[in-house]
Amino acid sequence: MADRRFQVARLPGFATIAVLVFLALYLPILTLVGFAFNAENSISVWGGFSLKWFAAAWKNQAVQDAALRSLTIATLSALIATSVATLAALGTTRRPAFRGRGFIYVMINQPLMVPEIVTAVALLILFGIVKQATGYQGLGYLVAAHSAFCIPFAYLPIRARLAGMDASLEIAAADLYASPIATFRRVTLPLLAPGIMAGAMLAFVISLDDVVITEFVKSGGQDTLPTYMLGQMRRAITPEVNAISTLLLALTVALLTAFFLLTRQKD
Amino acid sequence: MDLAIEALDVVKAFGQGTSAVRALDNVSVGIRRGEFFTLLGPSGCGKTTLLRLIAGFEAPTSGQILLDGADITALPPNRRPVNTVFQSYALFPHLTVAQNVAFGMEMQGRPKAEVAQRTERMLALVRLDALAARKIGQLSGGQQQRVALARALAPEPRVLLLDEPLSALDLKLRREMQGELKRLQQETGITFIFVTHDQEEALTMSDRIAVMQSGRVQQVGAPRDIYTKPVNRFVADFIGETNFLEAVGEAAGWRLACGVLIPGTATPGQRATLALRPEHLRPAPETGDLPLPARMERAVYSGTDTHWHLRLSCGTALTLRRPNSDAATAAPPNPGTDITLGLNPALVQRLED
Ligand SMILES: Nc1ncnc2c1ncn2[C@@H]1O[C@H](COP(=O)(O)OP(=O)(O)O)[C@@H](O)[C@H]1O
Ligand SMILES: [Mg+2]
Repeated sequence: MADRRFQVARLPGFATIAVLVFLALYLPILTLVGFAFNAENSISVWGGFSLKWFAAAWKNQAVQDAALRSLTIATLSALIATSVATLAALGTTRRPAFRGRGFIYVMINQPLMVPEIVTAVALLILFGIVKQATGYQGLGYLVAAHSAFCIPFAYLPIRARLAGMDASLEIAAADLYASPIATFRRVTLPLLAPGIMAGAMLAFVISLDDVVITEFVKSGGQDTLPTYMLGQMRRAITPEVNAISTLLLALTVALLTAFFLLTRQKD
Repeated sequence: MDLAIEALDVVKAFGQGTSAVRALDNVSVGIRRGEFFTLLGPSGCGKTTLLRLIAGFEAPTSGQILLDGADITALPPNRRPVNTVFQSYALFPHLTVAQNVAFGMEMQGRPKAEVAQRTERMLALVRLDALAARKIGQLSGGQQQRVALARALAPEPRVLLLDEPLSALDLKLRREMQGELKRLQQETGITFIFVTHDQEEALTMSDRIAVMQSGRVQQVGAPRDIYTKPVNRFVADFIGETNFLEAVGEAAGWRLACGVLIPGTATPGQRATLALRPEHLRPAPETGDLPLPARMERAVYSGTDTHWHLRLSCGTALTLRRPNSDAATAAPPNPGTDITLGLNPALVQRLED
């Protein structure tokens, strides 16, 4: 007998709509990637295949600086955010329910809900005061800001992993003479590692990609790759921007693939 | 006799106020050094809770737990020389079989060479030497069971706690592991506290049994005592099959509702419940037996035995069990036939309530 359940894939026009949606999602990106290999100066008129814009971007001192800065900020922020998120996840899952746990949960995830522009303006004002008072102008502000908004992205996969972990393993470790610290090091941490790696990668990608908060918080000469590109767009646009975007895209896709592989439940 | 574990007036309540559940209600029990002790009772009677208190995973609401005479109520689990075989095994999935077995000994701070040597010996003891390098996920249920056992025995605990360790195994493997457990207990001499809800398992494996019901210990004794001299209706009913007979006391003994008098000491006028095992009833009186008239209702064949379902003149239902060893005597009477059974008064047990 035929299967009579409702299946969206059987609706008329399903295939057409699916193809249109995929085109809308990926055509712009494909165009961008395509013109990164343009031999001409234009980002819209094709003039043959070339790798010259990749070479140009690679040799451009400003791009090099921005890329290094982006990677530094993303690495530090991912480390800080992941450490904080790990502790937060342990605190919200590995102890009996307490008053205000829901509130803490909301607070941790606050950056996901508050409009980024609001956070950006708030940080601009706050850091302005701090800069005035201390005279410190370094990358610390960007690292602090990035760490903060990366926390929920690191927290979610770590918490998911912890919640899915059999709590009786930690009890068994205690039964076998492991102190609380030894239990954490020998049992909790190794089992949590894929979640922590996934959280760190997500945080890294989110930091690498940020424009709004970075644009507001950075001091002069502190361009990251995205803000550098934004600056370039205001002047003459060459396929160099496409080339940088393509490299960023490749890096992000690689990290997100790793994230997917790490969070996939294997039995 | 030396006690390995002693629970003194232990109460464990979960929740607060009117919704509080007393998982353990004034439990006092002593477990002797080197014995195979079983906690037996239906699901929810508090067996796991008592084990968790002994292991230190929970603190009692009131009362004390003693280990070799010393109060350990306040010690955390990692400082109690007691190990657990968990119902779910709780093996570390990121470690190999050998690493799982070595874990407790490493945490005790034993020298590396000793850990390696003992790990090998424990794996041989549970016949898993060939699988030492495997990850836990690559083992069958029965093999995981053995790893859990080796892991808990390796640190040489003074008491081993086993929470329904065999309940996840199929019948054949279960039988095999029952023998294995008994052998390990005798070879190591470690005190075992074994939890089960299977009365047959408890009877065949234990030196002594504590029968529990709704957070209370109903009776403690050797399997034979528990089976032949149950103190109350719950124990008599939970362990094996039992016929219950209502009786009233007279000067000469207990008078059943159907008129038969069972000689003994009784208080005239007092009501009592008498228990009689189906295999203790005889199809015809022998010397010393009381005659007990009954009507045959039906016979049920169950392989080794035949169960005769009978009814007394007062309406009480009764079961008699005959082994099917002798074809001639085993042939049951036809339904509706009136017969006279033999009742040995010495085997009738008076229950407390
Ligand atoms: N953590 C807990 N919170 C609330 N009630 C519990 C908890 N643990 C056990 N109980 C209750 O205590 C009683 C005894 O449970 P348990 O010791 O697990 O029984 P058993 O092992 O004999 O099946 C049950 O009524 C159970 O619901
Ligand atoms: Mg239980």
